[in-house]
Amino acid sequence: MTYKELVELREARLKEIDVRFNKNSPNKEIMVCSSTGCKSNHGDAVIKAFEQALKQNNITNVTVGRTGCFGLCALGPIVIVYPEGTFYCRVTEEAAKEIVETHIKNGQVATKYLYDPEVPTQTTKADIDFYKKQHFIARKDSEYINPENILDYVALFGYTALYKAVTEMTPQGVIDEVKLSGLRGRGGAGFTTGVKWELTAKETAKQKYVVCNADEGDPGAFMDRSIVESDPHKLIEAMAIAAYAVGASKGYVYLRAEYPLAGQRLEKAIKDAKKYGFLGKNIFGTDFSFDLTIKFGAGAFVCGEETALMHSLEGKRGEPRNRPPYPAQSGVFKCPTVLNNVETYANITEIIKNGGEWYKQIGMGKSTGTKVFALSGKVRHTGLIELPMGTTLREIIFDIGGGVPNGKKFKAVQIGGPSGACLPEDKLDLPVTYDDLSANGAMMGSGGLIVLDEDSSMVEVAKFFLEFICDESCGKCTPCRIGNKRLLELLNKLLDGKGTMEDIDELEALSHFIKENSLCGLGQTSPNPVLSTLRYFRNEYEDLVKNAGKPKTPKYRINKEKCIGCSACSRACPVKCINGEIRSPFEIDEEKCIGCGTCQRTCKFNAIEKV
Amino acid sequence: MACKNCTNCGQPDKIDKIVNKFKGDPTELIHCLQLVQEEQGYISQDAVKKISVSLGVPESDIFSVVTFYSQFTLKPKAQYNIEVCMGTACYVLGADKSIKKFEEKLGIKVGEQTEDNKYALCQSRCLGCCGLAPVISVNGQIHGKVTEDKVDEILSKLK
Amino acid sequence: MSKVNLIIDGIEVVADSSDTILEAAKKAGIEIPTLCYLKDVCQDGACRVCVVEVKGKANLVTSCNNKVAEGMIVETNNNRVMKARKTNIELVLSNHNKKCLTCGKNLKCKLQKLSYEFGCDETKTGGEVESKLDLSSPCIVRDNSKCVLCGRCVNMCKNIQATSAIAKQYRGYSTIVGCQFDKPVEESTCVGCGQCVLVCPTGALLETSNISKVTNFMNDPENIVIAQVAPAVRVALGEEFGYQMGDFVEGKMVTALKRCGFNKVFDVNVGADLTVLEESAELIDRLTKGEKLPLFTSCCPAWKKYLSIHYPEYVSHLSSCKSPNEMLGAVIKNYYAKVNDIDPAKIKVVAVMPCTAKKHEIVGNEDVDAVLTTRELAALIKMKNINFNMLPDSAFDNPLGNYSGAALIFGVTGGVTEAALRTVADKLTDGKGAVDFKTVRQSNGLKEIKLTVSDKNLSICVVNGLKNAETVLEQIVKGKKHYDFVEVMACPGGCVNGGGQPFVDYTKTDYYDVAKLRARGLYKHDQKLESRKSHQNTQVMDLYENFLVPNGLHKKLLHHHHEE
Repeated sequence: MTYKELVELREARLKEIDVRFNKNSPNKEIMVCSSTGCKSNHGDAVIKAFEQALKQNNITNVTVGRTGCFGLCALGPIVIVYPEGTFYCRVTEEAAKEIVETHIKNGQVATKYLYDPEVPTQTTKADIDFYKKQHFIARKDSEYINPENILDYVALFGYTALYKAVTEMTPQGVIDEVKLSGLRGRGGAGFTTGVKWELTAKETAKQKYVVCNADEGDPGAFMDRSIVESDPHKLIEAMAIAAYAVGASKGYVYLRAEYPLAGQRLEKAIKDAKKYGFLGKNIFGTDFSFDLTIKFGAGAFVCGEETALMHSLEGKRGEPRNRPPYPAQSGVFKCPTVLNNVETYANITEIIKNGGEWYKQIGMGKSTGTKVFALSGKVRHTGLIELPMGTTLREIIFDIGGGVPNGKKFKAVQIGGPSGACLPEDKLDLPVTYDDLSANGAMMGSGGLIVLDEDSSMVEVAKFFLEFICDESCGKCTPCRIGNKRLLELLNKLLDGKGTMEDIDELEALSHFIKENSLCGLGQTSPNPVLSTLRYFRNEYEDLVKNAGKPKTPKYRINKEKCIGCSACSRACPVKCINGEIRSPFEIDEEKCIGCGTCQRTCKFNAIEKV
Repeated sequence: MACKNCTNCGQPDKIDKIVNKFKGDPTELIHCLQLVQEEQGYISQDAVKKISVSLGVPESDIFSVVTFYSQFTLKPKAQYNIEVCMGTACYVLGADKSIKKFEEKLGIKVGEQTEDNKYALCQSRCLGCCGLAPVISVNGQIHGKVTEDKVDEILSKLK
Repeated sequence: MSKVNLIIDGIEVVADSSDTILEAAKKAGIEIPTLCYLKDVCQDGACRVCVVEVKGKANLVTSCNNKVAEGMIVETNNNRVMKARKTNIELVLSNHNKKCLTCGKNLKCKLQKLSYEFGCDETKTGGEVESKLDLSSPCIVRDNSKCVLCGRCVNMCKNIQATSAIAKQYRGYSTIVGCQFDKPVEESTCVGCGQCVLVCPTGALLETSNISKVTNFMNDPENIVIAQVAPAVRVALGEEFGYQMGDFVEGKMVTALKRCGFNKVFDVNVGADLTVLEESAELIDRLTKGEKLPLFTSCCPAWKKYLSIHYPEYVSHLSSCKSPNEMLGAVIKNYYAKVNDIDPAKIKVVAVMPCTAKKHEIVGNEDVDAVLTTRELAALIKMKNINFNMLPDSAFDNPLGNYSGAALIFGVTGGVTEAALRTVADKLTDGKGAVDFKTVRQSNGLKEIKLTVSDKNLSICVVNGLKNAETVLEQIVKGKKHYDFVEVMACPGGCVNGGGQPFVDYTKTDYYDVAKLRARGLYKHDQKLESRKSHQNTQVMDLYENFLVPNGLHKKLLHHHHEE
C-alpha cells in the first residue's frame, strides 16, 4: 500500500458515500445502528423492514446500511437518515414502514420517532441536547461508518495516522507526541501512556508485544464494547502505531468472551486490514511489520488487571502477580509489553493526526483529552457520554443526563464500578479529573456512572458491589479472598438487623486492611464502595444498627391526596393487602404488605410512597 | 509432563480434530477449551484427557483453568432449565411448595440435573415479576401464577 | 554484584542489589515473619504476612519478593504493619480447622506459631471451614480444612517434581488445592514422594500414619516384630530430639527401637549391600551385551512410579533388583525365618524409612508389612516415654546388622552410583579399584560423569528431583544423550531429604541445604568404616554362600520378575 493508493481508495469511497456528507445529494441512505444493544432489540429485523418497505414502494435511490453505536442503547434501535442526518429512536419494524412512508416518500420528518417528539426541532445528532455538549474523539465518526467495511474507515482518513507515523516520524517522535498530549490510561489507573510506551521502547529484546485490554468487566460499562463494535479499525491502527513506537512486531487484543459481536467485527477488520496491507509485513513499504491476533477471555473480571490478563493470554489461570517486574520490562511470555485499554488506544490516531499539543488543550490540568462515561441508573437519559476531562458531575448527570426522573431527589453517584466510590450531592460540582476524584476518595475507573436516588439504600449498593467482588476475586491472596468474604458477612449482618456499632468500626478497619494489603488492584480497590458509603452516608449504617431487631422489609403507603381510587394497585398486589372503594383513596394494610413494590410500579399517579 | 497412558478411542472425532489443532502449544489451552465446549456443550473428563496429551498440559492444570473461568461448565446443559423464583412475593404465594412438587416429579433436588440432562432445577432471586407471582422461568421465558397444582401442566409442555 | 544502602527499622543495612527486602533484613538480624515464602520453592507473595512499610508507597509491600533499592526506608514492625499482620493471620485462622491438639503438626505448625506470636484472637472473625479429607493414598493424607493456600505444595509438585498431580482449583473463596474433577489423589499422577508434606507450613499434608498398625503388631504376643532401618534415618532422627542435622545417632536409634518393642532391629544397609552386588553384576552384564542401556536404578519407588506413568516404554530399563528394604524383607522372611525356625507368617517386618513413597511400594508385597517414616518413629519413641538423649548406644542385631560404607551412602544422591562403582571397579581391576568416587557426589540435581574403570568407559548420570529426571529422559528419548547408568532419586538431594524426614524450620535452613547437611553425616561415617565396599561385607557374602546360592534363591528373593 502506497500513499497514492491510500488516497485513491479514500477518494473513491468518499464518492460512494457522498450521501452521508453532501446535503444536496439526490440519494438517501438509511443507516441502522448494528451494535449489540440495537441488534438485540430486533435491529436486524428493522433493516429487513426498511429494505422491504423501500422495495414495496419501488424506491431505488435509497440504500440501507449498518452503522456503529451511538451510545444510546436504551432508546434503540437508532436510525439515521442521510443526507439530512435525521436522528430516529425506538425504530421498530412498524416504525421503519412509517419512516419510509413519511420521510422517504413524503419528505417529512417522522416526528413520532425523534429523540424527543415534544421538541421537533432537534432532528439531527448535532441538535440533540444529549449529544450537543459531547466532544467526540474516541467515539468520533462512528455514525458515518459501517463497522464491517474498511473502506468507510479509509474514507474518513483512516490509516493516515499510521502512514504519518511510520513514514514521517521516528518511533521516539511518536512517543514524544503521545507524551506531549498528556494522554493517561483510560482503563482506570490513569498512568501516562507516553511514559508507558517509552519505558517499553527502552528495553532491548528480540520480541516485544502490544496488547489491548478489551476485557471491560465493570458492570454498567460498555464504552469499550461500543468502540470495538463500531470502529474496530481505529483500534487496529492505534495498536500498529504503538507497536511501531516501542519496537513490537506482534499484538494481541484480549477481548472478553461476553462480547461475541465485537469479536466478529474485529476479526473481520483484522482480515481486511491484512488484505490491504495495513497489517502484516513491511507496512507502507517500510521495515515495520506488525501482526494482530484476538485472544478471548473466558469470564473472569480479574483478567482486567494487567498481570492477570497476561497470564490468561498465556493460557493460565488469570491470577495477578507481584510488580515489579512491570509489563514494560517483562510482560507477555516474559517479553517487554505495552498494555493499554481500548479507549486509550481510541485516542491515539487523533493525537497523531492533530498533534499532542492539540489534544493537550482539551480537558483540564493533568487530565487531558476526553473521557467516555457510561451513565445509567436513576437518570433520565442513559447511555455513553464523551466529554472533556474536567466536566463536572453535575453537568454530566443533570445537563446531559437530564437529572433524576419521577420527581425523586438525587442521592449519590457511583463512579468507577466495583473499584469505585459513591459521591454525594455536595460533590456534584467536582470536575471529573483523575486527581480531583482521587482526592475525594474516588477513582475514574472505566468511567461507569450509576446515579442513585433517595430510594436507594447505600448499604445495599455497597453490598451489591461486594458480592460481585467476592464472585470475581481470584483467591490468591489472603486479604482479598478471605477479607472480602468477611466484609460481606458483616454487611449482611447489618442488613439483617443483627449488627452493632462495633461491627461498623470493624467494617471500616477491615476495609482499610484489604485496601492496603491486597496483592492487586482488584483487592486494593474492592473496599472502595464500602469506604465511600461509610464516609458520606455513615448514618445509613448507623440506622441499620439503631433499627436492629426491627423488620427490615420496606413498606408502602398510599398518599391519599394523590390517589384517585382507580384500584390498579389493588388488582396488582400479589398478597391482596390493598383495599378501598372505587374513586376513593385506597389503603395498604402495612401488616400484610411484603414490600415488593408492585403497587408503586403500577400506579400511574405517583401516589404510592415507600415508607 | 502429560500422562501418556490416555486411551485414545479409535476414530478421530470432532473433539480430536479440535484438540489436535493445538498440539504442543500450552498457551492455546483456553482457546482449545472454548472450542471444545462450543462443540460438546461442556468440558468432559474425556476431553480433558485428550487435551492433556495433545497440548502437554497436566490434567490437574487443565481442570485448574476450567474451574477458574466462569465460561466453562463441567455439566452438560440441560434442555430445560427451570428456575423457580424465591422472591418474597412468590415465596408467600407458595413457591416452596412448587419446588417440592418439581423435585418430586423430576426425581432431583434443587441445584441438580436429571440423568438424561433434560431438566435442571434451581432457585433464583427475584425475577422482578411480582405481579405474576408465583413465577418460574424456563430457559429464560417467564411463566406466571405457577402454583403447586400447575407443576404437572408445566412439565407436560416440556417434553 | 553492586551494593545497595538502605535503612531497615532505623538500622543502616548494606545489601546486594539482588537481595529482596526479606533477605536484606535477615542480614541485619531482622527476621520478618513469613508464611507462604520458601526460598527456591515459593515466592508468590500470596499470604501477605511478610508485608512491610516502605516510605513513599501508599500500600504495604511484601518483603519476600520485592528487591531493595538505594535509599529505601523500610519499617518492619511499626504499629501499622503489626496490626496488618495480625489481621491477616486472624483472617487465615477464621476459616482454618483449629483442632490443634489432634493435629499431626501440633507444635510444628507455622500458622500456630504466628498466631501465638501475634496474640491472635481465633474467635474474632468466624466463618465457614471447608473440610475435605483425602485418605485415598497409602502415602499421604490431605486435609483441606487446614490448608492456607500458600501454594508451596503446588509449586513443589509442578516446578520441582514435574508431576503436577495437584493444582489450585476453583476461584476466590472456593479455591482449594486438589486434583482434576475432585478426584482423590490416589487416582492422580501423584508418585508419593512426599515433598509436598515437607514444605507444607500447616497440617494440611501429612503422611498416612502406620503407627497404630505397628503397635497392633506389637500387641499380639505371637508376633515377631522386626524393624529394618534405612541409612538416611540415622542422620536425621536426632533432629527430633535436639541434635543437629547430620548428627549420626545410629546407636541411640537402635536402642530406642528395641525399647519401643521391636523384637529385632536389622539394617536396611544389608539390603543395600545386596543391591549393590546384584545391580553391579546387572550393569556389567548389560554393558557386555550392549543392551537395555541405560540401566536405571530401581530403589526409589517414587521414581519407578513416575517412569511407569510418563515413560512406560523405559520401564524395561529399570534394574530388576528389588529395593534394599524389599530385598531385606524377603531375606528376613525366608532366610532368617528358616534359620531360626520361625513361622514367616508370624514375622512382621516394619521398614523405618525417610520416605513416604515406600508406603505404596509395599502394597501387595508380603515381605514388608508396614513402613514408618522417620517422623513416625520419633513420635513412637516419644509415645513410649523414651528419653532418647539418655540412651546408650546399641548395635544392630545379627545376622542382618553389618554393613559397608557403600550401603550407608545410599541415602545420598550419588550414593547408589558410588557404591556400585566401588564394587564394579574392584571386579574389573581385580580388587584394585578406588574407594572414593567424589565426582559423582554433590549433585545439584543433575550431574553427568564420564569415567574409565579398567578398560571400560562409563557414561553416568546422577539425578535427583523429578524435574531433572524429566530433563534427562527427554534427552534420552530424543536420542541426544546416551548413558550407561542413570541413578534417579525422586527427592531433591536424595533420601536424606525424603518426604518422611523430620520437618525443618526453613527460616533457619534453606530447603536445598538440608540434604547437604544430613549427607555430611553419612559421608563422615563412611570414612570411618573398615569395609567400605559392599563385597567386603562378610555377613552379606556369607548369606550368598550359605543360603542364597545353594538354594538357588538369589534371583527369586532379590529381583522382580526373575529370569531363570
